[in-house]
Amino acid sequence: MSLLAWISTVDHKRIGILYLLVTLFFFLVGGVEALLMRIQLARPESTFLTPDQYNQIFTMHGTTMIFLVVMPALIGLGNYVVPLMVGARDMAFPRLNAFSLWILLFGGLLLYFSFMAGGAPAAGWFSYAPLSEKNFNMSPGLDYWSLSVFILGIGTLSSAINFIATILTMRAPGMTLRRLPLFVWMTLVNSLLIVFAIPVLNAAAVMLFFDRQYGASFFQAAGGGSAILWQHFFWVFGHPEVYIMVLPAFGILSEVIPVFSRKPIFGYEFVAASTVAIGLLSFGVWVHHMFVSGLGQPVDLVFAAGSMLIAIPTGVKIFNWSATLFGGSIRFTTSLLFALAFLIQFTVGGLSGVMFATVPIDWQLTDTYFVVAHFHYVLFGGTFFGLMAGLYYWFPKITGRMLSERLGKWHFWLTVIGFNGTFMVQHLLGLMGMPRRAYTYPDLPYWGALNQISTVGAFLMGISVVLLLVNVVWALRHGEIAGDNPWDGWSLEWATSSPPPEHNFDRLPPVRGRRPLWELDETVPTGGGAGEEA
Amino acid sequence: MDVSKISKTKVAMVTFVLSEATFFLMLVIAYVYYQGHPASSGEAARLLDPVKTGIFSLCLFASSYTVHRAGIALHRSRSSRLRLWLGATVVLGATFLAGQAHEYLGLFHAGQNLGRDLFGSSFFTLTGFHGFHVLVGLVILSSFLGLSLAGKVGPAEGEERTGGTERGLRRNRDAFEAATIYWHFVDAVWVVIFSVVYLWAAI
Repeated sequence: MSLLAWISTVDHKRIGILYLLVTLFFFLVGGVEALLMRIQLARPESTFLTPDQYNQIFTMHGTTMIFLVVMPALIGLGNYVVPLMVGARDMAFPRLNAFSLWILLFGGLLLYFSFMAGGAPAAGWFSYAPLSEKNFNMSPGLDYWSLSVFILGIGTLSSAINFIATILTMRAPGMTLRRLPLFVWMTLVNSLLIVFAIPVLNAAAVMLFFDRQYGASFFQAAGGGSAILWQHFFWVFGHPEVYIMVLPAFGILSEVIPVFSRKPIFGYEFVAASTVAIGLLSFGVWVHHMFVSGLGQPVDLVFAAGSMLIAIPTGVKIFNWSATLFGGSIRFTTSLLFALAFLIQFTVGGLSGVMFATVPIDWQLTDTYFVVAHFHYVLFGGTFFGLMAGLYYWFPKITGRMLSERLGKWHFWLTVIGFNGTFMVQHLLGLMGMPRRAYTYPDLPYWGALNQISTVGAFLMGISVVLLLVNVVWALRHGEIAGDNPWDGWSLEWATSSPPPEHNFDRLPPVRGRRPLWELDETVPTGGGAGEEA
Repeated sequence: MDVSKISKTKVAMVTFVLSEATFFLMLVIAYVYYQGHPASSGEAARLLDPVKTGIFSLCLFASSYTVHRAGIALHRSRSSRLRLWLGATVVLGATFLAGQAHEYLGLFHAGQNLGRDLFGSSFFTLTGFHGFHVLVGLVILSSFLGLSLAGKVGPAEGEERTGGTERGLRRNRDAFEAATIYWHFVDAVWVVIFSVVYLWAAI
C-alpha cells in the first residue's frame, strides 16, 4: 500500500484510520500543552512560563482538544464503523468524506501556523469579546483562530451531512430505524446537532474576523457593538457542542456494555429516545454559561430549570446501562473497564453540572478550578474513556489483531489514577477560590500541595498515553490474530473479516432484528415481524 | 419504508440547507439586534432604496419559477426547453447580482462600508453572504447549462435520452433537484432579508 494510495483514498475505512491518526497527532500536541501548564502550576509563583505564553497554551490546549481531537476522533471512529454497522458499502459521499478529513488536517495546521505568524490565540477556547478584539489581542493569533474554526466547522458539517445521508438512505435491507445499532442512532442525532450548532459558531467567527480585519463593530463596545452578543452566539453553539462531544461516546457504551454483559441493552427505545431529548434540550440551556453576565432573574431561572431538566434523559441512560450490567455474565475486558469508569466518572461530572445549573452556586464557583474539574470529568472522564472503550473494542476489527489485555489493564488503571489524581483535587481548589486561566497563584495554605498532586496525576496520564502507544505498536506486530468476531458481538461489522475487504461484505446476513449475528445462530422463523421487539 | 426510494443527494442538500438557514438566522439576528442601537437606527431608511432593490428582487423571485420550469423540462426529457428555462434563471440571477453590485457601489460612494458603523457591519455581512450564495447558485446552474449543451444532462438532440441508462438519468434528476432546492432556498432567504432590511426601512 503506497503512500499515494492512502492520500488519495476515498474508502471510509482508510479515511477512518487517517482520522484517528490525525487526532492522535493533535492529541499528543494538546497533551504536551497540558503538561506544560501543569509544570507551570506545580508550585506557587512559578516563572516557568510567562503570562502571555501561558495564555496561548491554555487557549491552544482547549481549542485543540475540542476541535482537533474529541470531535474528529468520534467522527473518525464513526466513519470506520457506521457504514459497517448499517451494512453499507461505503459512506454516501466518499469524496466528500475525504474532503472532511483533509480539511480537518489543514484547518489544524492553519491554527498551529499562528505560532510562527506572531503568536497563538490567547483568549481562551471561547474567545470572549472584547478580549478577543484587536485592541486587546493585537497578535494575529485570533485571526487564525476564527479562520481555522470556520474551516474546521465546514469539515465537521460535511461529515455530519454525510452521516445523515448514509444512515437514512444506505441501510441494508431489513435494517429499519428501530433495529439500528445504538451507536448509529447516537451518530445520527449527533450529526443533526452538528448541522444546527456549527453554523452558529461559523456566523460568530465570521463576525469576529470582520471586526478584527475590516474594522466592523459587531462585538466592539467602542462602535456600539455588544460583547454579550458574542457570549450568546458562542454558547448557542457551545452547549450543543458539549453533547456533540459526548453523544457518540454514549453510543460506544451502548455497544460495549451489552456485548460484554452477554445481554441485550436494557430499554433500547429509552436509550434512543433520551438521546433525541438531550439533542432538543441542548439548544435551550446555553445561558447557564452566562449566569454572571447579569441577564436578570427571570432569564436565569428559565435556563436553570432547562439545565436541570437535561439531567433527566442523561440519568435515564445511566440507569439503562446499569440495568444492562445487572445480572449479566460480565467479562471484564479492558474495553468494559473503560466503559465502567466512564459510568462513574461521567456521573461525577454530571452531578457537578447540576450544581452549576443552580444559579447561586454558579455565581460562587464560575471561573474557578471547579469548572475545570467539572468539564474534564465529563470530557476526559467521560468521552475520552468512552473513546478508549471503543478503541479496545473495535481495534481487532480495524487491524485484524487484538490489543494486549495485560498492557491494556495497566493502561486502564494508570489512566484512572492519573485522571482522578489530576482533577479530583481541582474541585477543592475551585471551592477555595483558585481562579482558572491565571498563569500562577500565591502561596496560600494547601494550594501548592494540591496543585502538586494535580501535576503528578497529569504526568501519570502522560505515561498512560505512552503505554497505549506501546500497546498499539506491539499489537500491530505481535497481537493475537482476532478473527471475524473476537468478542461474540452481534452487530453487522462482526459479520465480515477483520480487517474488512474494501467492499466491506462478501455477503450480508439477513437483518431480522436488532442483533443479526445472534439471531443467525438461533432458529429464527423466517416470517416477517419476528424479532421486531427483540 | 423502501430505502432505495430516498435520494441521498436530496437528503444531503436538505440537511445542508437547514444548516445554511441557521447561519443566515444568526446574521439576521445580528442585524435586527443592532437596528435598535442609536448609532445605526435611521441609517437603513436614509441609505437604502427599497423600490429599486424591490425591482431587482423581483428578478430573483421570478428565477424560482423559471428553475422550477427547467426541472419539469428535464423530467419530460425536453432538452431545448431545459436550456431555455435554465438560461432564463441564470440571466435573472445575474441581473439580481448586478443590482446588488450597483447598490453597493452607491453605498460606498456615500461613505458607507463594513467598518463604518454597526449598520454597515451588519448590513454588508448579511447581504454580502447572501450575494455570495447567489453567486454559488449561478455557478451550479451554469454548470448544468454547460453540461446540458454538451449533451451530458438530459436528452441530447434527436435522441430519446442520453446517459444511456435509466439510473444515469435518475442521478441527473436527483442532482438537478438538489440544485433546485438550493436555489429556492437562496430565494427564500432573500424574502426574509428584503422584508427585514428594506421593507422595515421603508416604514
